[in-house]
Amino acid sequence: MTPTTAGVLFVLSLAVALAAVHRPFGDHLFRVVSGRRHSRVERAVYRLVGVDPAAEQSWGGYARSVLAFSAVSVLALYGLLRLQDHLWLSLGFDAVVPHGAWNTAVSFATNTNWQWYAGESTMGHLAQMSGLAVQNFVSAAVGLAVAVALLRGFARSRTGDLGNFWVDLTRITVRVLLPLSVLGALALMIGGTVQNLSTGTEVTTLTGGGQTITGGPVASQEAIKLLGTNGGGFSNVNSAHPFANPTTWTNWLQVYLLLLIPFSLPRVFGRLVGQPRQGHAIVAVMAVLAVTSVALTTVFELSGQGTVPQAVGAALEGKEVRFDVSNSATFAAATTLTSTGAVNSFHDSYTALGGMMTMVNMMLGEVAPGGVGAGLYGLLVLAVITVFVAGLMVGRTPEYVGKKIGTREIQYASLYVLVTPALVLVGAAAAVATGNDSTALNVGPHALSEVLYAFTSASSNNGSAFAGITVNTPWWNTALGLCMLLGRYLPIVFVLALAGALARQRPVPVSEGTLPTHRPLFVGMVVGVTVILVALTFLPALALGPLAEGL
Amino acid sequence: MTAMREETTTTATTVTRTPTPHGSTDAATAGTPLPAGRRAGGGLLDPAHLVRSLPDAVRKLDPRTLWRNPVLLVVEVGAAFTTVLAVRDPSTFAWAVTVWLWLTVLFAALAEAVAEGRGKAQAATLRAARKDTVATRLTGWTPGAPAGAYRESAVPAPELRRGDIVLVEAGGVIPGDGDVVEGIASVDESAITGESAPVIRESGGDRSAVTGGTRVLSDRIVVRITQQPGESFVDRMIALVEGANRQKTPNEIALNILLAALTIVFLLAVVTLQPLAIFSKDVQAAAPDTPAITDGGVTGVVLVSLLVCLIPTTIGALLSAIGIAGMDRLVQRNVLATSGRAVEAAGDVGTLLLDKTGTITLGNRQAAEFLPVDGVTAEQVAAAAHLSSLADETPEGRSVVALAGDQFGLRHREPGLLPHATFVPFTAQTRMSGVDLTPDTTVDGRSAGPARRIRKGAAAAVTSWVGEHGGHPGEQVGHLVDEISAAGGTPLVVAEHVDGEPARTLGVIHLKDVVKAGMRDRFDELRRMGIRTVMVTGDNPQTARVIADEAGVDDVLAEATPEDKLALIRREQEGGRLVAMTGDGTNDAPALAQADVGVAMNTGTSAAKEAGNMVDLDSNPTKLIEIVEIGKQLLITRGALTTFSIANDIAKYFAIIPAMFAGLYPGLDTLNVMRLASPETAILAAVVFNAIVIVALIPLAIRGVRYRPASASRLLRRNLLVYGLGGVVVPFVGIKLIDLLLHLLPGIV
Repeated sequence: MTPTTAGVLFVLSLAVALAAVHRPFGDHLFRVVSGRRHSRVERAVYRLVGVDPAAEQSWGGYARSVLAFSAVSVLALYGLLRLQDHLWLSLGFDAVVPHGAWNTAVSFATNTNWQWYAGESTMGHLAQMSGLAVQNFVSAAVGLAVAVALLRGFARSRTGDLGNFWVDLTRITVRVLLPLSVLGALALMIGGTVQNLSTGTEVTTLTGGGQTITGGPVASQEAIKLLGTNGGGFSNVNSAHPFANPTTWTNWLQVYLLLLIPFSLPRVFGRLVGQPRQGHAIVAVMAVLAVTSVALTTVFELSGQGTVPQAVGAALEGKEVRFDVSNSATFAAATTLTSTGAVNSFHDSYTALGGMMTMVNMMLGEVAPGGVGAGLYGLLVLAVITVFVAGLMVGRTPEYVGKKIGTREIQYASLYVLVTPALVLVGAAAAVATGNDSTALNVGPHALSEVLYAFTSASSNNGSAFAGITVNTPWWNTALGLCMLLGRYLPIVFVLALAGALARQRPVPVSEGTLPTHRPLFVGMVVGVTVILVALTFLPALALGPLAEGL
Repeated sequence: MTAMREETTTTATTVTRTPTPHGSTDAATAGTPLPAGRRAGGGLLDPAHLVRSLPDAVRKLDPRTLWRNPVLLVVEVGAAFTTVLAVRDPSTFAWAVTVWLWLTVLFAALAEAVAEGRGKAQAATLRAARKDTVATRLTGWTPGAPAGAYRESAVPAPELRRGDIVLVEAGGVIPGDGDVVEGIASVDESAITGESAPVIRESGGDRSAVTGGTRVLSDRIVVRITQQPGESFVDRMIALVEGANRQKTPNEIALNILLAALTIVFLLAVVTLQPLAIFSKDVQAAAPDTPAITDGGVTGVVLVSLLVCLIPTTIGALLSAIGIAGMDRLVQRNVLATSGRAVEAAGDVGTLLLDKTGTITLGNRQAAEFLPVDGVTAEQVAAAAHLSSLADETPEGRSVVALAGDQFGLRHREPGLLPHATFVPFTAQTRMSGVDLTPDTTVDGRSAGPARRIRKGAAAAVTSWVGEHGGHPGEQVGHLVDEISAAGGTPLVVAEHVDGEPARTLGVIHLKDVVKAGMRDRFDELRRMGIRTVMVTGDNPQTARVIADEAGVDDVLAEATPEDKLALIRREQEGGRLVAMTGDGTNDAPALAQADVGVAMNTGTSAAKEAGNMVDLDSNPTKLIEIVEIGKQLLITRGALTTFSIANDIAKYFAIIPAMFAGLYPGLDTLNVMRLASPETAILAAVVFNAIVIVALIPLAIRGVRYRPASASRLLRRNLLVYGLGGVVVPFVGIKLIDLLLHLLPGIV
C-alpha cells in the first residue's frame, strides 16, 4: 500500500465513521441540551453548587457564570500546581514555577492545553488526574455550553433567556463527555495504551544502562484529551508516545475521537432551529475546509522539499515510522483544524508548506470543525458575516435562520473576528521586537514561523507547538498565557452577546426572497469569506515565515 | 436601470380627478404616459458633472468631515504620512504613490459630492418654486361667516403659524401647507409634482390638502395652515434631496461597523508586519536594500500602500453615495421618503397591501356585456344604453358608448348632435342617469322614434322607476342582476318609457372591474421575490374574490374597514413580515403609520401624508411595487460593491507581497503570478488600480446595479458571479495592464 492510498483510506474511513454517527450522536446531544429531566447525580450537583436548574439566564448572566467558573478553575489549578510538592502522588516533583503554573492553569482552563513542560518530568499523578484531567472535561463542556447558548439564540425568539450555564455544564459533562471518555479509554487500553498509577519502572537495558519506564493513568487522560479537543499530552511527546498511541488503529481512533463532537454539533444546530439542512450546510463548510487542508498537508509532506526528504521519498523527520507520512499529516491537520493540539508527529519538522498548513488551519479561526463548541460558534459567526456581506446581494436586510443580521449582531460578530488576529499579530510582533525570538535550533524564516506558530496556537486555544522554540521563560509563559486567556474569553463574551441579541428578535418567515443558507452556493460563500477575510489577513506574516522558507 | 426607467414611463399614470358617480373617486386611469417630468431625467453621469462636483469633493477632504468614515480617514492619514516621507526622501516612486493616495481620497469624496450634487440641482428648482409670497390672513374667520365678520391682513408667508387661516384667490400662490376649509379651486401643483395638469382641491373629504408654493388657478379658497414656519413640505423636500441632515440607515451603520473592523484588522496586520520585516531583514543580512525593504524594515510608502490596498476603500468610498443615490432614485420617480430607513425597509417588505381600485383594477368599472330580457335584442339594449350615455362623461358612461360601438357599430356622437334631447345626469339621490327624447330628436338625420325616456342605473332605482311609470320590471331582470353580482360585477339596469305605454325594462349592462394590464405578471414577479400581495377592498367577499383571482393576488381583505386594515398589518408584523401600503384618506392614517412602508398619495389628506413615511407626488398606488424594487436595488448595490471590494484583496496581495519581500527571499517571486515588471510598478499599479476603480464604479453606485425581480437564489447566483468572481478577476487584469503602462513610463523602474 502506497502512502497515498493509505492516506486516502485513512481519511475516507474517518469520513464514513463520522457520517455514520453524525445523526444519532447529534440527536443525543440535542436531547441532552434540550431535555427537561435531571438525573439524580445532576440534582446532587445542583444542590451542591446551589443553583436552581429551572432558572434561565440572560446572556449577561450566562457570561458571568462562564467567567466565574473559569476564574475558579484557573485559581484552583494554579494552587494545585504551586502546592504540588505538599500533596500526594507528587512523584517527588517540585512545585511548578509561578509563571509556569499561571501558564498551565490558563492553558487547561481555556481548552488550549499548551504545554511548556514535559508532563512526565513535571506533573505528579494528582496534578494530572485531579487538575489537568478535570479541566480537560470541564473546559470542553464550557465551550460546548457556550455554543449551545448561541444555538438557543438562533432558535428562540423574543426572549432574553439562553438557558442555564450550570445545567448545560453538568449535563454535557455527565451525559456526554464522561461516558464517551470511559468507552474511549477502554478502547485505547485494548489497543495497548497504559493505565496505572505506577511511579515508574527501573529496567536495565541491553547495554547494561538503567532506564525508567514511566507509567500512569494515560488511557483515561488520552480519551478526554481527544474527545474534548484538549490535546495536553500525558507525556512530552504526546500522541507520538507508544504508551499513549501504540498502533495504527489507535491512531485512527484518536483522530476519530477528536473529530467526533465537533463534526456532530451542526446536527444540534439543525435540530434546535428546526431545519436540519442548515446543520448540513455547516457540516459541508467544515468538511470542504477540512478535506482541502488534509489533502494539501499530505501532499506537501509526501512531495517534501529538501535534500533528505527528496532522498528518502518523503518528509519523515519528526514522524513516527509506525504512522508513516499520510497518517501523521492527517493527524496534524485534524489536530490543528480542531482546537486539540495533540500531536503524533512534530510539526516543527514538517516541510515549510506542510507546517504552514497546520498554522493556516488555526488561522482560519479553528472552525473546520474546530474545538468542542468553539468550532461551531466560530463558524456560525463567520456564517453571520457571510450572510451580511453577500446576503445584501439579494436585496434584503440580511437574515440567517430567520434572524436579521443588524447593527448589534454585526457589531458582536466583528468584535469576535478581531480578537484572534489581533492577539496573534501583536504577540508575534512583540516577541520579535522585544528580542524574545531566540531559538537555539533555528534561525531565519523558520525561527519566525516558530514564533508565529506559538502565538497562533495560544491565541486560538490550540496548544500544539513548533517545538523548536524555548518558551519556558517568564516572558513567553506570561505572554502566551494572556493570549490564551483573551483568545478564549473575549470571543465567548461576544458570542454570548450575539446570542442575546438574536434571541430577542422575532423570527422572519422564510420566503422566496430569503437568502437560502442551506445550498452549495452558500457553503462556497462561507468558505470564501473564511479564507479571504480570516486566513488572508495572515498572508503578509506568513510570507516572511513558511512561505519564505518553502518557496 | 434602463429596464426600470422604461417601466416607469409605461406604468406611470396621470391622475384624473373628476368625481365619478359610481363610487370611486380619485381614480387612476392607466395608459396615459407621464409627461417627462423635470425630475425624471439624469440617469447617466456626464463628465461635466464630475468636474462640477470637484470643489465640493475637495471640501470634503477636511479630516473633521472625514472622521465619520474610518476607512477614508485611514487613507487620508496614510497619504499625509507618505507626503512627509516623500518630502524628506524624494523619489519618483514615493511621489507617485503619494499623489495616487491623495487621489484615492479625492475620488472617494468625489463620489459623495456627485451623488449630493444631483440632489442640490433638484433643490435649486424647488427653491425657485418657494417664492416669498404675501399671504392674506383672516382673523376671526369661522365657516360660513359673512365677509364683514372677520379681518383681512397681509402677512409675509414665512410668518404664518399652524392654525392660521388664509385666503387664496385665483392667480395667488398658496403660502403654506394646509387644508382647504372653504371653497373649491383648481390648483397648479407642477412646482411640486412636475405634473402640468391642474388638480381640484376642495374643502372636506380626502382632497382638501394643499401644498405651499402651488398656485391657485381658478376660484378662491380658504386654507387653514397646518405647518410651522420652516417645516413645510417644500422645506422638507429641499432638505431631503440635499441630504442636509441625512441619517445613516441601520443597514448602513452595520456595514460601517464591519468595514471599521476590517480596517482595524488590516491596520494590525500591516503595523505588526514591521517588526517581523525588521527581524527578517536582520537574519537575511546579505540581502541588498530595496525600495521596499531596508534595514529599517519596510519603507513607509510601501507599508501605507499595502494598508490602503487591503482596507475596503472601494465600498468605503462609495457607501454614502449609494445611499444618497437610492433616495435620489425615489425622488426621480416623484416619491419622497422621509428617511433612508423607509427606503431600506421597502427592500425588506414581505407583504404588500394594495387597494383594489386604482391599483389593481382600473379606477372604474367598465361595460363588458349587454344582457337583454326576453323579447328584446341585445342590440336594442345597446342602442338604448348608448343613447342614454352619450352625455354621460363618467368613465362608466364612456365605456358603455365604447362597448356599443365595438359590438354593434354604433358611432360615437357628440351630445350636441342629438338635438331636442334632454340629458338627465346622475345624482346620488336618483342613482340613475338617462336621456329624454322628443319626437323631434333625430339620430343620423332620422327620427329617433316617438318621445321616450331612457334610464340606466342601479337595479333598485330603475325598477322602482319602471313601477312608477306603470310598468312591471319582470322577474328576469332580477335573475340577471343577481348573476352579475355573483360574478363580482355591477349590474346597470336599462329601462325605457315610451309615451302612452307602460315603462319596461330592456336589459342589464354588465359593468366589470377591469384588472390593469400586466398586473398578473407583476404579482407573479412579486411572488418570486417572496412578497405576498393582499388586495384590500370595500367590496363584498364574493366580488372581491373574483377580482383577486383574476388579478392573481395572494390574499384578499374584503369589506375592509380602516380597523381591519390596521389589524391585518399588525398580524403580518407579528409574523415577522414587513408591510407596505398606500393610502390617501384620513381614515388610512393609523394604518399608514403602522405599516413599515406607508406611501401617502399627494392627493391625500395632510393626516395621511403626516402618517406615512413616503409621499408619492404622482399619487399612483401602483408605484408601491417600484418603491420595493428601489429599496432592493439599494441593498443589492451595497452588497455587490462590498463583495467586489473584499474580493479585490486577493489580487492585491499577489501584487504587493512579492514586491515587498522578493528582494529578501527570492522564492517569494513565485507569488508574482501577474509577472509584474518591478516591485515599484507592482505596488504603484495596485495603488493606482485601487484609486481608479472608485471612479470607475461611481456611475454604478449612483445608478444602482441592474435589478430584475427574481428569487433570492437566482439573484445571489447572478450577483455573486458578477461581483464576487468579477471582484477576484478584474483586479488581476487591471493591475497587470496598469503595470504594463507604468513600465513604459520613465522614472519608475
